[in-house]
Amino acid sequence: MRIVVAVKQVPDTSEVRIDEERGTLIREGVPSILNPFDEYALEEAMRWRDELGGSVTVVTMGPPQAEAVLREAVSMGADDALLLSDRAFAGADTWATSHTLARAVVKMGDVDVVMTGKQAIDGDTAQTGPGIAASLDWPQITFVGRVRELTQDSITAERYVEGGCEVIRSSLPVVITVLKDANTPRLPSLRGKMKARKMEIPVWGMHDLGLSPDEVGLDGSPTRVVRIMTPETSACGEIHRGEPGELAKLIADYLLGKEGE
Amino acid sequence: MASIEVREDTCVGCGVCVPACPFGAISMEEGLAAIGDGCTLCGACESSCPYGAIIIRTEDAGKADIARYSGIMVLAEQRDGVVDHSTLELLGEATRLASADEGPVSVVLLTSDPMDWPARLISHGADVVYLGLDPALSHFRTEPFSKIAEKIIREKRPAVVLAAATTTGRDLMPRIAKNLNTGLTADCTELAIDPETGGLLQTRPAFGGNILATIVCSDTRPQMATVRPRVMKAMEPDAGRKGRVENLDLSPDDLVSRTEVLQWSPLEEGEVDITEAEVIVSGGRGVKSPENFSMLEELASLLDGSVGASRAAVDAGWIPYPHQVGQTGKTVQPKIYLACGISGAVQHRVGMQSADRILAVNKDESAPIFEFCDQGYVADLFEVIPLVIREVRRRRS
Ligand SMILES: Cc1cc2nc3c(=O)[nH]c(=O)nc-3n(C[C@H](O)[C@H](O)[C@H](O)COP(=O)(O)OP(=O)(O)OC[C@H]3O[C@@H](n4cnc5c(N)ncnc54)[C@H](O)[C@@H]3O)c2cc1C
Ligand SMILES: Nc1ncnc2c1ncn2[C@@H]1O[C@H](COP(=O)(O)O)[C@@H](O)[C@H]1O
Repeated sequence: MRIVVAVKQVPDTSEVRIDEERGTLIREGVPSILNPFDEYALEEAMRWRDELGGSVTVVTMGPPQAEAVLREAVSMGADDALLLSDRAFAGADTWATSHTLARAVVKMGDVDVVMTGKQAIDGDTAQTGPGIAASLDWPQITFVGRVRELTQDSITAERYVEGGCEVIRSSLPVVITVLKDANTPRLPSLRGKMKARKMEIPVWGMHDLGLSPDEVGLDGSPTRVVRIMTPETSACGEIHRGEPGELAKLIADYLLGKEGE
Repeated sequence: MASIEVREDTCVGCGVCVPACPFGAISMEEGLAAIGDGCTLCGACESSCPYGAIIIRTEDAGKADIARYSGIMVLAEQRDGVVDHSTLELLGEATRLASADEGPVSVVLLTSDPMDWPARLISHGADVVYLGLDPALSHFRTEPFSKIAEKIIREKRPAVVLAAATTTGRDLMPRIAKNLNTGLTADCTELAIDPETGGLLQTRPAFGGNILATIVCSDTRPQMATVRPRVMKAMEPDAGRKGRVENLDLSPDDLVSRTEVLQWSPLEEGEVDITEAEVIVSGGRGVKSPENFSMLEELASLLDGSVGASRAAVDAGWIPYPHQVGQTGKTVQPKIYLACGISGAVQHRVGMQSADRILAVNKDESAPIFEFCDQGYVADLFEVIPLVIREVRRRRS
């Protein structure tokens, strides 16, 4: 079983602060991390590899420093890593990102499953996984909360959707996007860390993938950001202080609709 | 290849772009902005520069014949034949946007049992209903739904295609957009038509809700977006509205799928989906134990509501993940959201800020939640909530 996990390096959005006066993001000192959702995809891939044999390859498309998340994934137990990096890839939206990642999967050959996180915490789009599936013309199962069964030719997974759970079976090869519910990611091991430190990570650029400038990066991206704003902080209404009994009455008034109608 | 350039003759070194860069890639060197390696060409600096000194150049890959596209198409969502409310919201929004565009508002309904929905979709704003009927369409499946939608989009050439940002829309739309070689904006909370270009301005929260980004798709068509449920308003149904229903010709090939739905298990009674709740009583780290959550459950059930939680409470194992509200949990829009012992971190806020009313009980006066709630109560939740329960009981009896 050959599983490829697409991982992304993202700014730790919980560390992002807002400059209230200028209404801009303060990015200084914000660390770059492995997208938290991708850890669940990686863990799921490794669990099935441990059970069925085979290998897990992590791949990322990003600037040279994105290599750090690949090493982190290897220290957690991924077998191989691949960096897709080229100046021409900069500015990719989800169309160009999934196009580039899909091409790398084709070039790797013999891949049975591609796993991605549910979404990346910087863009929050959740579009890359289905985009990869479309580019490869593979079936997809998104929002997977549990993989029930993986065999040499099929996968059965629970898809968590509004109001319930679907059990879906698909033939392989397939792309799945994995939710936090699926597992608890393992921590890096000492052996993994040693391996990660020494590992030579191959880098593929646009030409290696046989892509042209108009299908990668910003030029290959149909969408463009035209404006970025910080959301206005709606001023708070009333703040109440006082005896618990009094406050409880006020809350009950509000809850039962005596006020604010 | 795309590139970014700082025009030395125009840049005054004001430094506005430095904090505007979400990636921290700009620094000031010798009084001029310098773009570093971390640049992703996202465009935030270009739009922040008051002097127009930063320019991102792209190679024009040839524009689609935009004039040939018109109208707004909504992809309907149904379960067991019942159309989801989000579809009606999209139709409401589409009719508002359509006043700036001559094309029709259409809706694609793929189902095994249309019931009276085609007529109801018309009364909610559709001019045309494209109806695909087949027993194989009873339950959503990615491949047939995307194949049929792609076919009809290619044929009818709408300028805009909208679907709800539900697990269905977010499964379907990226696949269609990739195959049609066009852009897709995820989870929009605001849509508008640019009066100058006629293009769709698609605004959405990103970076964990820290910023709002407006995105356009200028050179390809259709412009596609998924839209967050419960943000747009459905129109008052008008039974007198005129519209037509067009049946789609489906070929066996359209219905082929490599995935099959083996089983569908709806949430059990009592296991309410918090995204649908009208009242949510939510607890955070301040609730301190799983047992204490039963107090919130009691209040919630008195109010016919559901219990929500912050990630801190979920991570502590006090309540299961399906209750988590926020960036990595659910987005909710109840009439009332009562936050107990929740500090109001931005990742929590993005999941609940569109509640009609936010009430907060917190003993720390400086908790961030007091900066954006409607009614704040500075108190110990263990003292106040039992009294609220008693008070609600007393008034109900
Ligand atoms: C990538 C990422 C994604 C995240 N996604 C989410 C998400 O989806 N949802 C989410 O909620 N968080 C999310 N977080 C976490 C978020 O940043 C906060 O850590 C979390 O929301 C804090 O939860 P809390 O408010 O319950 O806890 P705290 O921040 O610890 O706040 C507890 C509050 O309870 C008050 N309190 C304590 N005792 C009492 C008492 N007896 N009576 C009254 N008040 C009391 C305290 O004053 C304090 O304000 C995410 C973080 C990251 C990095
Ligand atoms: N540049 C990238 N390189 C590798 N994987 C990515 C990249 N961008 C997104 N992904 C994968 O796609 C998932 C969804 O990302 P997004 O569509 O950006 O929300 C992530 O969790 C990753 O698994």
